[in-house]
Amino acid sequence: MAKLPVSVDKIIEKYGPHKAYAPQVGFHGAHEPDKLVKTHCCYCGMQCGIQLKVKDNKIAGFEPWMEFPFNEGRLCPKGVQRYVQNNHPDRLLSSLQRVEGVGFEPISWEHAMSRTVNEIQRIQKEYGHDAFAMLSGVSLTNEKSYMIGKFARVALKTANLDYNGRLCMVSAGGGNKKAFGLDRTSNSWADLKYAEVIIVAGANISETFPTLTHYIWQARDKGAKLIVVDPRMTPIARTADLHLPIIPGGDSALFGAMLKILVDNDWLDHDFIQNHTAGFEETIEAVKDYDLDWAQEKTGIDKSLIYEAARLWGQAKTSFLLHARGIEHHTKGVDNVLSCINLVLATGRIGKPYCGYGTITGQGNGQGGREHGHKCDQLPGNRDITNPEHRRYIAGVWEIDEKDMPGKGLTAYEQIDAIHRGEIKGMISICFNPLVSLPNNNYVREALEKLEFYICIDTFLCETARYADIVMAGSLHEEEEGTVTTAEGRVVKINQAVTPPGDARKDGEILMEIAARLGEGDKFSFPSSEDIFNELRVASKGGTADYYGITYKKVEENMGIFWPCPSLDHPGTPRLWEDRKFKTPDGKAHFNPVRYRPASEITDEEFPVVLTTGRVVSQYLSGTSTRRIGKLIDQYPEPLLEIHPKLAARYGIEDRDLIRVKTRRGEAEFPAQVVETIREDTVFIPYHWGGKHSANQLTIGNLDPVSKIPEFKVCACQLYPTGRKGSETLRETAYQSGY
Amino acid sequence: MPETNYDHDMAFFVDMQRCIGCHACEMACAECETNGQESMIHVNYVNRAVSTQTTVQVCMHCEDPTCANVCPADAIHQDDFGVVHTADTARCIGCSNCVLAYPFGVPKKAEKAELMMKCNMCYDRTSAGKKPMCATVCPSQALYYGTRREIEEMRPDSVPVNSFLFGEQEVNTKVFIMMPGGTHRLVVE
Repeated sequence: MAKLPVSVDKIIEKYGPHKAYAPQVGFHGAHEPDKLVKTHCCYCGMQCGIQLKVKDNKIAGFEPWMEFPFNEGRLCPKGVQRYVQNNHPDRLLSSLQRVEGVGFEPISWEHAMSRTVNEIQRIQKEYGHDAFAMLSGVSLTNEKSYMIGKFARVALKTANLDYNGRLCMVSAGGGNKKAFGLDRTSNSWADLKYAEVIIVAGANISETFPTLTHYIWQARDKGAKLIVVDPRMTPIARTADLHLPIIPGGDSALFGAMLKILVDNDWLDHDFIQNHTAGFEETIEAVKDYDLDWAQEKTGIDKSLIYEAARLWGQAKTSFLLHARGIEHHTKGVDNVLSCINLVLATGRIGKPYCGYGTITGQGNGQGGREHGHKCDQLPGNRDITNPEHRRYIAGVWEIDEKDMPGKGLTAYEQIDAIHRGEIKGMISICFNPLVSLPNNNYVREALEKLEFYICIDTFLCETARYADIVMAGSLHEEEEGTVTTAEGRVVKINQAVTPPGDARKDGEILMEIAARLGEGDKFSFPSSEDIFNELRVASKGGTADYYGITYKKVEENMGIFWPCPSLDHPGTPRLWEDRKFKTPDGKAHFNPVRYRPASEITDEEFPVVLTTGRVVSQYLSGTSTRRIGKLIDQYPEPLLEIHPKLAARYGIEDRDLIRVKTRRGEAEFPAQVVETIREDTVFIPYHWGGKHSANQLTIGNLDPVSKIPEFKVCACQLYPTGRKGSETLRETAYQSGY
Repeated sequence: MPETNYDHDMAFFVDMQRCIGCHACEMACAECETNGQESMIHVNYVNRAVSTQTTVQVCMHCEDPTCANVCPADAIHQDDFGVVHTADTARCIGCSNCVLAYPFGVPKKAEKAELMMKCNMCYDRTSAGKKPMCATVCPSQALYYGTRREIEEMRPDSVPVNSFLFGEQEVNTKVFIMMPGGTHRLVVE
């Protein structure tokens, strides 16, 4: 609605982020818990199994869950510390409303609900239904994701629902749908163990998916060759057989050139190409001029390394290609994904044991949350909201008239543009912190300031919630039952360990009450999470993401079920495409021609250095939870500017010098970390912080034309040494996101 | 020493090459009831300016523990499994002899308590047939707890080494370091 109600310092003083640590003797009951609850970590797409210790309805600690097959007790530092988010002093215990000059004051649920519903109705009456938008997130369970898709279309009656997966895996989804007609990693991680060659492209596995590292080493112990494509020598790249230090934005040039080498050397599976694919000729035509000299120039990688990578891939009998945000966060993110898939299809190594391909989904429920109607163009079962048949089926499940179902809405960043244009006037958000996570975030902040009414459902007062009119106290991961679908497509069970504290409520109950007050209560009458899941099963039936045969009982008995699982007697599908029946209209896997094009903002004389962004192992996404956990903050307290000593020498920069980084969007100061583990033409800043430490003040909001993912991974910047060193005070307060 | 139920075939292996520097081991170690949120295992960069290589420093549980030998209060004991335990608080005089004498630099003095603290290989867990916390959570399995046979089968390219030469002093340890094939002893100059 407006600017902050009081100074940011006053908000931080009251609502944090504050650092929390477990007491020296452990939380009450840590060593004598009432019970252990088997569930999963609340953070990344690995969804490691973990047992939470519960004492007196509070989380007291954790115990490894040795039997859960993916991680067998293994955890990263975030997983070990995740329990500290419970009982956190910053936890919102009641709903709040903005009071100008005061800050926020606690309010009753009755007040929060009635004011919210009045404002929704006022805005929609005055400006139309689509003027009230919703942004959601995929740290939420499948049940909540499904219900939010229905809530936005049936209760809010708005087309404008989108989610933070738009910053995550949509390029992979776009590419997979084009190539396979279905959006899921094709294999379970178990297929990594015997792969002869593994390509990891743009995936900082050891920091962002640490527990997947063990699978890669298991393959290497059997002789697998590891090829890592990354501008930085990440911990996983350090020991790789081949590290291709690519210039940000060079991915499709690399993979195009590799495809040409496969063709030139006839390292192809002709039988597979002929019988099970389409589009091969056009695709190789597109790369026919991509010789090694050209590729070396476009990628910045020595051509002998490119050839060697293609040779290893071309001659392997089994393989696995993995990618993540490093190749997906681009205005050609979908092209990059397709150029990877082309390598997989050319060698026919898919749908067979130890022959795999897939994106590593970033968020906890990045997979399930992108399947059941959470996206602006999607209905449950990964159906298409513009497809009349799909609309009819879902309208039937929801018991509404198909004509009343809104059409395709705007994607997350397009919603920000629409606020600026005055088309969106009100918003409700849950599980999304766009002020930290969206690019060019001064522009995002200005949009928030223009909203007439903004409601944020969250467990902590995240940076974005500081701009809310109403903040509703929702539920943490451990406070509501449900399921999530891990990055390998395994549906697992999230068990409720404790009830929400104070006056906080389950997210599901909050949404159901708003729906009821908007007059649609009969469509949101779910006594339990399992009831929501059972409706989701029916809604997904017959879609590509078919969950019909998955039940809570089956998930628990089998420690997860891989979708598709179309019937109750179906065991699930850990490995896709063994039947060679792809989900495209012609049943074939599709090659797609990819012609290299440069990033949307390339370096020039004025902005001569490439800026790329990413993550660190101790933080998760926008930090709403992890920037409140003391030990995780202390491990890496402030964002540093990684810079190569040769580039640093050109500017006279030494380690810990404070550097002002400027782009066409904004500027911010970061201490330099002078390291040889990055390309000489590129600097890197991790993005988990808000306020003056936010890397996303600098990044660019240009979008991929298909997936609408922003280009977080490449923009052009200037570097100015300030003549000062990084300060202890700034380092010790960076987690707070002050201005 | 109380009765224990150790599986005597089990051993502890460290493979520095696999360490990804994530600090999960430190966080998990600190959770132990007896550690009071302090970690007994430490992860450090070798030289961040040139590499992301990290090392893990953990008690090696020497067969003939120097730290125990130099303890004037006879506070440091080794059990039948070979685990060298944290100094007995009733006996430890906080003199730091163990800290100064120990070749791997592991024992630390808890300054506030004026007592020595070190890894006891999760005595409460390992003596009950479980794995130590650090090796349980380690996401890359740079820290591995299992039998020697298991690790030799799983990781044929490297060999477990537990013999170290510090100048003229030979130290044999309960903890193995995974080294390239053909290595039998690590010489520390």
